[in-house]
Amino acid sequence: MSTLIAIIIGALVAAGVYCLLRRSLMKLVIGIALLGQAVNLLVFSANGLKSANPPLIEASAKTLAEGTADPLPQALVLTAIVIGFGLISFSLALMGVTYQKTGHDDIDALTNTDT
Amino acid sequence: MKSTILDVTARLLLPWLFFTSLFILYRGHNLPGGGFIGGLVGASGFILLVMGPGLEAAKRALRVDPFSLIGVGLLLAVLSGIGGVFMGNAFMAGLWLPTFSLPLLGTVHLGTPLIFDIGVYLVVMGFTLAMIFSLSEADS
Amino acid sequence: MNNLILLPVFIPFVAAIIGLIFRTLPVQRTLGLIGMAAATISAILLLNVVMEQDYLVLSLGAWQAPFGIVLVADLLSAIMVLISCIMGILVMLFSVQSVDNARQKTFYYPLYSMLIMGVNGAFLTGDIFNLYVWFEVMLIASFVLISLGADRAQLEGAFKYMVLNLVSSLLFLAGAGLLYAKVGTLNMADIALKLAIQPDSFLINSTAILFLISFGVKAAIFPFFFWLPASYHTPPTAISAIFAGLLTKVGVYTLMRSFTLFFNQSFEFLQDILLILAALTMLTGVLGAAAQYNIRRILSFHIISQIGYMIMGLALLTPLALAGTVFYLVHHIIVKTNLFLVGGVIEKVKGTGELSKIGGLYRALPFLALLFFIPAFSLGGIPPLSGFWAKFALVKASIDAEVFWITAVSLIVGVMTLFSMTKIWAEAFWKDAPEETENKVEPKTLKLMYAPIAIMVLMTLYLGLFGQGMFEVAERAADQLLNPEGYIQAVIPQSTEAISKL
Repeated sequence: MSTLIAIIIGALVAAGVYCLLRRSLMKLVIGIALLGQAVNLLVFSANGLKSANPPLIEASAKTLAEGTADPLPQALVLTAIVIGFGLISFSLALMGVTYQKTGHDDIDALTNTDT
Repeated sequence: MKSTILDVTARLLLPWLFFTSLFILYRGHNLPGGGFIGGLVGASGFILLVMGPGLEAAKRALRVDPFSLIGVGLLLAVLSGIGGVFMGNAFMAGLWLPTFSLPLLGTVHLGTPLIFDIGVYLVVMGFTLAMIFSLSEADS
Repeated sequence: MNNLILLPVFIPFVAAIIGLIFRTLPVQRTLGLIGMAAATISAILLLNVVMEQDYLVLSLGAWQAPFGIVLVADLLSAIMVLISCIMGILVMLFSVQSVDNARQKTFYYPLYSMLIMGVNGAFLTGDIFNLYVWFEVMLIASFVLISLGADRAQLEGAFKYMVLNLVSSLLFLAGAGLLYAKVGTLNMADIALKLAIQPDSFLINSTAILFLISFGVKAAIFPFFFWLPASYHTPPTAISAIFAGLLTKVGVYTLMRSFTLFFNQSFEFLQDILLILAALTMLTGVLGAAAQYNIRRILSFHIISQIGYMIMGLALLTPLALAGTVFYLVHHIIVKTNLFLVGGVIEKVKGTGELSKIGGLYRALPFLALLFFIPAFSLGGIPPLSGFWAKFALVKASIDAEVFWITAVSLIVGVMTLFSMTKIWAEAFWKDAPEETENKVEPKTLKLMYAPIAIMVLMTLYLGLFGQGMFEVAERAADQLLNPEGYIQAVIPQSTEAISKL
């Protein structure tokens, strides 16, 4: 299973970098989204993939029982997904405004502020 | 494209989705659920209104500005943390009322984490709606 | 008592929230200014407490470290928080008159408060994932600020700024995830402890490189600096001034924190890389500036070359070098913000920052010339101004460490910095105006823009003439950085036994 996840992460990164290197603004945003998903998956699988019980403490117990999953990567990934959601929606809005102002979806048209 | 079925369903579903979201919010402390998911479910009712009857209907149904929702939600979340400071403890330390029983709800366990969760609920709902509203405004 | 550490983060946040609820400009502006002033006072108190007891730790929600999120203030954090709050209020005062009303009305003050909150949070947190969250708070606020108003140039700049910073955040997140996979904790002190007990050079080196690239993009070190000169000259001056002062320095701070706290085992491997990067950063920055003829573009390139000095101090990792770096950080934040603001006044009065289109400002605005002269020559390292002492400490440290080639590079870059500053001086202030141009605004009406600049100039003078006290504090901060045991013990008191075994 870890191998499969590793391959998926690799494929997502490859696709993301490919999109980042294209000339279209839309593909740039898609590329960031793909890279974000790859990193989320990496963090999610950080503590190993194993089948385990949900990390909920029984009503009668004080601590987690044996054989439960590590809740931390899940919490981290949830936070990262929410932050990523906000950033992607902002970049989509920015892309929309840029497209309206410049009339281009082409990154090569955006070189006026470079030196 | 107007669809009468979607219009009517959206109007019918709105109160149901809203109360479901409140239920999800309430049960979230010890069970799956909570402010985040509750907020998304609550927002989905209004998003259905945007898709069916239209943006104006959704804004009328919401009554308040989504940005104010974000502000109030953040304020609630912050206030829930201050309680711990006044009790001489760290910021965000939880404070609990004694538990009591109510019909329908069973044992009730109220405390500052619930206030925090309500804050999260309002922020998520406000943010989602602010985004959807402004995107559909740009669309039309 | 420990909750004091929260105030510099908390107060701007509350000011921003109330500004979101009451959406009129006067309310937002007053709240923003009051909030920043209160945050500054709390930062002064925090520095006082930290001076007395070395460390201040707060476990949020009373969840003890290493399980809960902790906020930690050591001397370096406390100094950085104070300086960011001071710059925060001064630049906010400046923006009251300099940013146009349309922009101010679109949540300018709440966003600005959020930005300062994110910066302070990044300085204070003791948890690696929490650091990521503060980075994102800071980034989202800065994305909106840089694209506020949506000029065409601004949108272009914002896109470049956004894409590179997002990629850098993702690399940092990946690094944090890998670190968690290996050591099973996110608390910085706990990571340091676990890595000290069980060193694993392969893991440390690979993660350290991920962190170096990620923080390097934020700090704009070579070869990750391209976004900075492409974007910093596009938004209104107040915004680019606060970005120039604070945001890259957050990257430098996190580099210092992570490389002294938990990547210190493999420092031989990293030292050469850091030194070479520092030299290249200094050189590219100053050479880039030499080719520019717009005030803000020149200053943007100079941020890069100055970052190189700080990285050089970090790479040498001797007490003197680190003390010099801390001093350099403080000096550079004040001076660079100051220069951007002077550039802003010139652009406001003359309508442009192109050196070929302005001139004769020495005669027209003698007071402004003085306000430019002092920080500019402080940046160039002329004694007895603050930049001289900062550079002197670093150069001396590099000679003591017998890395003479970096000494040579830093001296050459110092001379070339001076060349750039004299270029602005000669072109904008000394040469005759190319044609008689009307002032766009009567300079006498810009009192609120002059006041913050004058205060910063006084701060620069004070740091230069009476810098002894500040340098002693910087030495203590460097001492804390070089002996991370104190930090670890303050965060995790039960670790005493484990530390004594090291």
